[in-house]
Amino acid sequence: MEKVIDIGQYIEVAVDWLTENFHGLFDLIKNVGNGFIEGFEWLLMGIPFFVVIGLLTILAYLKVGKGTAIFTLAGMVLIYLMGFWEETMETLALIFVSTIIALVQAIPIGIWAAKKPGVNRVVRPILDFMQTMPAFVYLIPAVLFFSIGKLPGAFATVIFALPPAVRLTTLGIQQVPPDLVEAARAFGATNRQILTKVELPLATNTILAGVNQTIMMALSMVVIAGMIAAGGLGEKVLEGINNLNIGLGFESGFAVVILAIVLDRITQALGQKNENSPLSKLRMKFKKN
Amino acid sequence: MSESDIKIEVKDLTLIFGQKKGQALKMLRDGKSKTEILSKTKCTVGVNKASFQIKEGEVFVIMGLSGSGKSTLIRCLNRLNEPTDGDVLINGVNITKETNKELLDTRRTEMSMVFQKFALLPHRTIIENVAFGLEIRGEEKTKRLAKAKEAIETAGLKGFEYQKPAQLSGGMQQRVGLARALANNPEVLLMDEAFSALDPLIKSDMQDQLLDLQDELHKTIVFITHDLDEAIKLGDRIAIMKDGVIEQIGTAEQILKEPASEYVKAFVEKVDRKSIITAGSLMFKKPTTVLLDKDGPESVIRKMRTVAADVLPVIDKHRVFKGFIWLPEILKAEKAKAEDIMPYITVNCPSVYTEYTVEEMLPLTSGTKSPIAVVNKENGQLLGVVAQTSLMIEATRFNDEQIIHLKEQAIEQ
Repeated sequence: MEKVIDIGQYIEVAVDWLTENFHGLFDLIKNVGNGFIEGFEWLLMGIPFFVVIGLLTILAYLKVGKGTAIFTLAGMVLIYLMGFWEETMETLALIFVSTIIALVQAIPIGIWAAKKPGVNRVVRPILDFMQTMPAFVYLIPAVLFFSIGKLPGAFATVIFALPPAVRLTTLGIQQVPPDLVEAARAFGATNRQILTKVELPLATNTILAGVNQTIMMALSMVVIAGMIAAGGLGEKVLEGINNLNIGLGFESGFAVVILAIVLDRITQALGQKNENSPLSKLRMKFKKN
Repeated sequence: MSESDIKIEVKDLTLIFGQKKGQALKMLRDGKSKTEILSKTKCTVGVNKASFQIKEGEVFVIMGLSGSGKSTLIRCLNRLNEPTDGDVLINGVNITKETNKELLDTRRTEMSMVFQKFALLPHRTIIENVAFGLEIRGEEKTKRLAKAKEAIETAGLKGFEYQKPAQLSGGMQQRVGLARALANNPEVLLMDEAFSALDPLIKSDMQDQLLDLQDELHKTIVFITHDLDEAIKLGDRIAIMKDGVIEQIGTAEQILKEPASEYVKAFVEKVDRKSIITAGSLMFKKPTTVLLDKDGPESVIRKMRTVAADVLPVIDKHRVFKGFIWLPEILKAEKAKAEDIMPYITVNCPSVYTEYTVEEMLPLTSGTKSPIAVVNKENGQLLGVVAQTSLMIEATRFNDEQIIHLKEQAIEQ
């Protein structure tokens, strides 16, 4: 069928206009962002691998428990032995940076949307759009604005990973019982005090569930971003596909799965109050003394 | 009442919910009714021109059924609800005219509120909850914890400081709510159905405690309730509200003796004489029955033995109540080897409908030991039986004078 309406051309015009008129700004973002990502990479790779594995294992043990700690230890050692340590750290750095940038925007927007129904009405369809648009599509403007590399990878990742954190922040704030907010108001709390002393503490668990979701989505997008030379495990996966190298594809894919499980278990535990985790037990002991 | 005594003065306070407040207010001033305003402007009148004065150190109870506007009214006193019209003066200062900053200050220092559902922060310990108001007004940590500790002791919560609200019972949680309000050392306490969520024994306990505290602290307390007994127990003066209008203000004595309107009268009568307890709620449902034409003396005796009763209600095959049969009578029937038990039934015995009250049933029991049958108004079917003992239990909640009066009435009839 012939094309009757051509929305694509307008998008093209808009993107062209942006790249032409704001390339200075984009360059600035690119330089700052790349510095940020590379700094993180440098940090993660500067630390010896066994220290990173040790820290992750201890964190898993304290927050979740023995099983997860053993899995973390075994999985990360396996990644190292498969020779993917450097790529994994690159991926991890990109996830961290993207998640932080996403959260810095998502949480305030989520709070704003929870407070103002009008804002919520505007934000929700935008989030729907962001989540349902095929992830690959974000790579195109990312490349146009920033060419290829790590920063455009982070850019696409931020867009893709942002929505769950916004949604769950809004949900968490909306779920705070109205009588608690009223009580705070009756004691003369300002809006800011209500937010920091009542709403955010009560919404923490839900918000952390959103953070977990954002991290997981960032991981999946960071792998896809390997297509635009964002580096890390994604590039290895792509290499495997391009060369029809089943062994390499499977190995690097397996490393992604291990990283995903480790990140998921640890960040999920941050949101839940696990009374049986070794850290809580330690804390209880400390309190009693 | 001299001017200096007055702590809170409310003048023509009106609160309208909805979009077209201005139009609704104008219609209200023109004397239009609530329903008229609702249909024309889609606005609800929450509080309708309420005026009253509360003296320093007084416990002022605002009473009404749900939807009467009492909770809306108390929220106007600290402007959790923004009044549409009228004035609220606290210590002579009109708080409806206060700026946001002044209002925050009033809420932080002059009045504290206690809530029906406690409204405690679940993630904080008891002492942190109690110190909440002090924290909000910016007192430093050691100072506010010391004050909170004092309030915790006053409220009888010592030893619970480091527990979380969820670990405490409802009564204890409301003590925390009270301690939180007292920690601020306000002059005015606003208590919104503070004890309504508690079970009766704990409720009465908390009422006693509040009165003890009041003897010591002499706060000005505005107390909201839907329970007349509670209002009488706590209130120096009581205001009765209906549909957003204050119907009467007076001491408990005045309201009981000279109700100002039919509504107040009905309210007072209803709660006071316990006539809300009806046969329907008091009866023992699905009692063991004797079937006329089917049960003979032997089976009746068997039935009496299994339920350990010396009297059973008799019904026919359509479940219509026929009378009671007593153990001595059925023994006679057995001796006579009678097949039909009809002649042995006590036919002339009291029966009532479900809506009969305790008050109305009491006279029926004079001169007989018989239980009272509760029957269906339309077809006479037996629904249940009210034993005299359960009637007496209800009756002893009346005072002696009332029982004598009821008995006299019974004799006259």
